[in-house]
Amino acid sequence: MWRDAALVAGKDLRIEARSRVGLSQVAPFGIVALALFAFALGPDRAVMARGAPGLFWVAVLFSTVLAVQRSVSVESADGARDGLRLSGIDPAGLFLGKSAAVAAQLVVLEALLAAGVIVLYGAHIEVPWLIVVSCVLGTVGLAATGTLYGALSSGLRVRETLLPFLLLPIVAPVLLAGTRIWQAAMAGGTPSDGTQWLRLLVVFDAVYVAVGVLLFGPILETA
Amino acid sequence: MTDLAPATGTRAPSAGTSDHPSDQPVSNTRVTPPPEQSARARTTERVIGVLALVGTAFTVWLGLWVTPPDKQQGDLVRLVYIHPGVAWVALYLAFGLAAVSSVLYLWPRTRSLFWDRLAAASVEVGVVFNVCTLVSGAIWGKPTWGVWWAWDARLTLTAVLLVLFLGYLALRRVPAEPEVRARRSAFVALFAVLDVPLVHFSVNWWNTLHQGATVLNPGLTLKIHGSMAWTLLLGFVAMTLAFVWMLLVRYRIGLLEDWLDANELDAALAERQSEGTRTPDAGGAPAAATAGVPGGTPVESAGVA
Amino acid sequence: MAPAAPSSPAVSLRDAVALSGRFPLLAGVDLEVAVGETVLVEGPNGAGKTSLLRVCAGLVPLASGSLTVLGLDPGRHRTAVRRRVGLLGHASHLYDDLTVQENVRFAVRAAAGDPARIAPACERWGLTGRLARTPAAKLSAGQRRRVALAVLTARWPEVWLLDEPHAGLDAGARALLDGVVAEAAASRVTILIASHEHGTVEGLAHRAVTVTGGRVTGERTLRPATTPAQVAGSGSAGGPSASEPADAARPTAEVSRVA
Repeated sequence: MWRDAALVAGKDLRIEARSRVGLSQVAPFGIVALALFAFALGPDRAVMARGAPGLFWVAVLFSTVLAVQRSVSVESADGARDGLRLSGIDPAGLFLGKSAAVAAQLVVLEALLAAGVIVLYGAHIEVPWLIVVSCVLGTVGLAATGTLYGALSSGLRVRETLLPFLLLPIVAPVLLAGTRIWQAAMAGGTPSDGTQWLRLLVVFDAVYVAVGVLLFGPILETA
Repeated sequence: MTDLAPATGTRAPSAGTSDHPSDQPVSNTRVTPPPEQSARARTTERVIGVLALVGTAFTVWLGLWVTPPDKQQGDLVRLVYIHPGVAWVALYLAFGLAAVSSVLYLWPRTRSLFWDRLAAASVEVGVVFNVCTLVSGAIWGKPTWGVWWAWDARLTLTAVLLVLFLGYLALRRVPAEPEVRARRSAFVALFAVLDVPLVHFSVNWWNTLHQGATVLNPGLTLKIHGSMAWTLLLGFVAMTLAFVWMLLVRYRIGLLEDWLDANELDAALAERQSEGTRTPDAGGAPAAATAGVPGGTPVESAGVA
Repeated sequence: MAPAAPSSPAVSLRDAVALSGRFPLLAGVDLEVAVGETVLVEGPNGAGKTSLLRVCAGLVPLASGSLTVLGLDPGRHRTAVRRRVGLLGHASHLYDDLTVQENVRFAVRAAAGDPARIAPACERWGLTGRLARTPAAKLSAGQRRRVALAVLTARWPEVWLLDEPHAGLDAGARALLDGVVAEAAASRVTILIASHEHGTVEGLAHRAVTVTGGRVTGERTLRPATTPAQVAGSGSAGGPSASEPADAARPTAEVSRVA
């Protein structure tokens, strides 16, 4: 399973390195989203600083949808998905590999957006490790659920509109947790508030990674 | 419900109908008859429907005229006879039933399209009740709290559940064969089920840390006693019966829809087999051919000269 | 006569019905292919040849009827069956952004093939030098076919399902293909070829089945020989083509490449 996961993750990341879609399209989209939020909330930096945690995570969520769509569409050209099924590759490994590739791209994106939020909105971060941990945990959850729903909606022509609608409500806990942890880690927040949210993120991640490892095989075979 | 004859389309190919021209209509004798609803099932459905109607009528009468208004909330309290009832149905009964049915469908030993149809019917009726919950809550909320909507834990959870339901239904609308559609929907339902406790906790914590929550106390501060208690109970029962009745009807409709599809399949099978007995012409292919692309319009893809 | 099969057949279909949405791809197929046999599948367009191969590969589940491949049920022992079966379909399953070499390497490693066979297979099919470093998006259809064939050659599974393998290939590649197929047949690989190219393939196959309307409607024996006769002009490269007598009862259960 792990060998197949590494194989698939390597393949996806190599494709990303060649095509640079994440770098040239998804990342700019995230930045654009941040700019739009700034326009929407007005030039008062105090308001934006207070809203920074939430806005960061919403931008991450939208970018996740794009990243997952890209991850799925890589497999739909030339029947690559059938090729993966035919090769008899371990489905759990396939799930972990694709999730890992999405997660890797998301982490880079989040670093970029975090920098953007600090610079553009003037957010002050007191407890950086809390931010880092929450981003890592949140990313794992987003990548896992995204890969699951991506696979479920993979053969469908309406995937582009259906996937966001299916995925975003499910990851609401990640949004809530991430936002709260950020608030706890910012100036004027209480870091200890963050711990119960971290626990929630861990549970979320555990649940969906387990589901993916166990059920990705049957999901792949569902047309 | 189990008395309804299942639409097992007998897929045994019709034995050698030779010289079957393509433009002759498929004879009706090969079409399986529609599933007949047994007398017992029909009576059960009717009885439940009548009971639901009577119960609701009674609740309305008692709620609007017989029971006294509350000291604090006045006549507005009468919504308590409806709102918790529909809320319980939407949040627990419909969702729980859909969840259990989906899991039972996925479990190999109990796999049967019955569970899939039940889950789908449950979700669809659940959406109706969910909207009723939100609307009745809003009607209650406006005069009481001054706002149509508040982000308190329960309301938010109800709203998220509504969106999850709608996602399930949206996925079901994608054309596919019954087993594929059933599996897909069951997976989506399973993921949603796993998510709901997480959403529940996160929304609760989110709310308690939020400053404004104390104003909108979801716990009812009114005391329910006497005739109000009985009416409340009746309201629960009536709403539950209404759900069950709608569920039965929706299930039956689903069964008939599947039967219709299976019949089209039998006709298609017959026509496909008759292809073999027709003299094949040089470049000719009967229009409908596909190379295994699921759920889509048939496209000839093996056309190499 | 096809090679005597004392052990279970390589592929066995009984009254198989397969659906795509509402459309029946296969409408009751009965077919048995012995181990080491080469079978030509012929029939008009849209008859179900491609679907038959895809069903045997385990890509399309059966709605009714039964299917065993190498004695296993593809629905239950998915990985085991897929690792021992190779399908050459219309699509080549290539990733546009990866080079030819990366594609072949990924495909072979994903299927748990022997990495040492990758380089010789690529050489055999002419995927060397600059071509090896070309991204798949820039390949012609014939070149994509060559890549898929290279993957198949490197994997060398026990069952080969070839769907119109000659399509899109130039004369040189066709000769190569015939050579490889002959070599495979000689090494007890079971081969199903769906093709319109009766001339060349008939020389390779033991028998031909006709598929129309989603069912097997005819059969004819082509060669009673158990070892494939010399194929005219097949320049089979120096591969190990030890022709073995068919009734050397090599039980299929021996092969243990189960994942």
